[in-house]
Amino acid sequence: MKQRTIAALKCVVFPVCLVPAGLLLRRGLAQDLGADPVAEITHVTGRWALYMLLAALAVTPVRRLWSGLAWVGRFRRMLGLFAFFYATLHLLTYVLLFSGLDVPGAWAAVGGREWHLLGQIWAPAIATMKDDVVKRRFIWAGLTAWTLLAALAATSPVVVLRWMGGKNWRRLHWGVYTAGVAAVVHFWWLVKPGVLRPMRPTLVLAILLGARVVWWARARWAERQRQAA
Amino acid sequence: MARFRVPPIPAAEITPKDVFLSSRRRFLAAAGVGAAGLAAGAERLLAEEKLKTVPGKLTTTGETLTPLGKATTYNNFYEFGTQKDMPARTAHTLRTRPWTVAVEGLVKKPQVFDVDAILRYRPIEERVYRHRCVEAWSMVVPWDGYSLSEFINACNPLPSAKYVQFLSLRDEKQMPLVGESGFTSAYSEGLRMDEAMNPLALLCVGLYGEALPNQNGAPVRVVLPWKYGFKSAKSIVKVRFLASAPPTTWNLMAPNEYGFYSNVNPTVDHPRWTQRQERRLDSSFFPRTIATRPFNGYADLVAGMYAGMDLRKNF
Repeated sequence: MKQRTIAALKCVVFPVCLVPAGLLLRRGLAQDLGADPVAEITHVTGRWALYMLLAALAVTPVRRLWSGLAWVGRFRRMLGLFAFFYATLHLLTYVLLFSGLDVPGAWAAVGGREWHLLGQIWAPAIATMKDDVVKRRFIWAGLTAWTLLAALAATSPVVVLRWMGGKNWRRLHWGVYTAGVAAVVHFWWLVKPGVLRPMRPTLVLAILLGARVVWWARARWAERQRQAA
Repeated sequence: MARFRVPPIPAAEITPKDVFLSSRRRFLAAAGVGAAGLAAGAERLLAEEKLKTVPGKLTTTGETLTPLGKATTYNNFYEFGTQKDMPARTAHTLRTRPWTVAVEGLVKKPQVFDVDAILRYRPIEERVYRHRCVEAWSMVVPWDGYSLSEFINACNPLPSAKYVQFLSLRDEKQMPLVGESGFTSAYSEGLRMDEAMNPLALLCVGLYGEALPNQNGAPVRVVLPWKYGFKSAKSIVKVRFLASAPPTTWNLMAPNEYGFYSNVNPTVDHPRWTQRQERRLDSSFFPRTIATRPFNGYADLVAGMYAGMDLRKNF
């Protein structure tokens, strides 16, 4: 595919990836987020972080299976960055809304430049978050996934890749597999027992990672055959 | 001892509401009632659709009510889907008439009550209660009903009855999504006898002055405001009096997350989140996070029942 076509396509894919965030914003402005908007925002941003991550992880298998689609490789970084974007919104929802932070109070303090009040307003939310991090394994799993995505996002520019060297860069970016697993584990650990909502993304992830294991094992086997010959 | 004396009306004899309304409107139109008269008539009709309620003494004051629209579209009723917006869309398949509640177990005589007899048995009080979900959100709802103790007295339990069990309807036909609920049998909840006899425990038939919407547990449920919401069984078809604690649905699913008592307790965390605070879902779009109170703020009425108990163990 031509460079120009890729560039044009990127101009389409980018805004398309922003659609879920835009719809969420529109629903928020219309006050149409259900009875518990905080829970809804948390679910939507979490879901799209996972979808984007799965899409990024699907790029390599798609390229290998259909050589005509090799150009999708050009979209991998964008998808990965969008996964980080939604994961960050998800984390911010937790920090700003779920933790129990008095947002109107904090807003008023910022508006009134009463900075000394901010510490007071943040204290209970910080205590809750500390507690969560210490006690709850689904929080660890989620934070692990986000931290990895943050590291990958920070090292995504080509300049950083050159500076790190391809080998180191690739090693670091294998972390995306751990991030995928951590994200799915985070989902399983937070739903009530018996709720099977994480099943579908888990199956997709299993297929995407399983394909890589199969290819790797086959390549190794072929390598051995060659050495033996 | 109070007994139910109202014989149930056979379903075939009840005029369906729409037939009643349309024939009445036809009559009004035929009688040449003018627009003003029609409006007055419509008003009366509306009033007839509402429950006749009296103010309840045990009502909670000083809280902002959760709007009806939120209380009826955000429901945990897994038999109608596991997402909270689903019951409002799917529970229309529930048939709430005819409906009976069977009373069995350690009682003088097993009985079957028609729900309309239950409705007429005592004056329907309006009681505003705080409703705290174990998931750390809460609402304030004006429920309609009367103390569960009145109903239990009519059941004539034996002195050997120490616990009462509530069983909800489980019917694949009326609840097509029940297979996805994760529940393997009818939803079961239970109380110690003294808890059930506490005047705060409400036998509930309505909210906001109208018959319970299906998604809120029509036609009859219990409301136990000092316990997490899942203790308040919906769409009850059976009440059993027992000598020992009954198995309860969520406790069986995850005993480390949902205890038998499940009293609202800010000092005992759910394994996955703190119970110190809750998101109050009221009329404001932006939910306020407020501190959760012991027994959901009803300690003065209920804490005595648990004196001497380790509430961390008996969570």
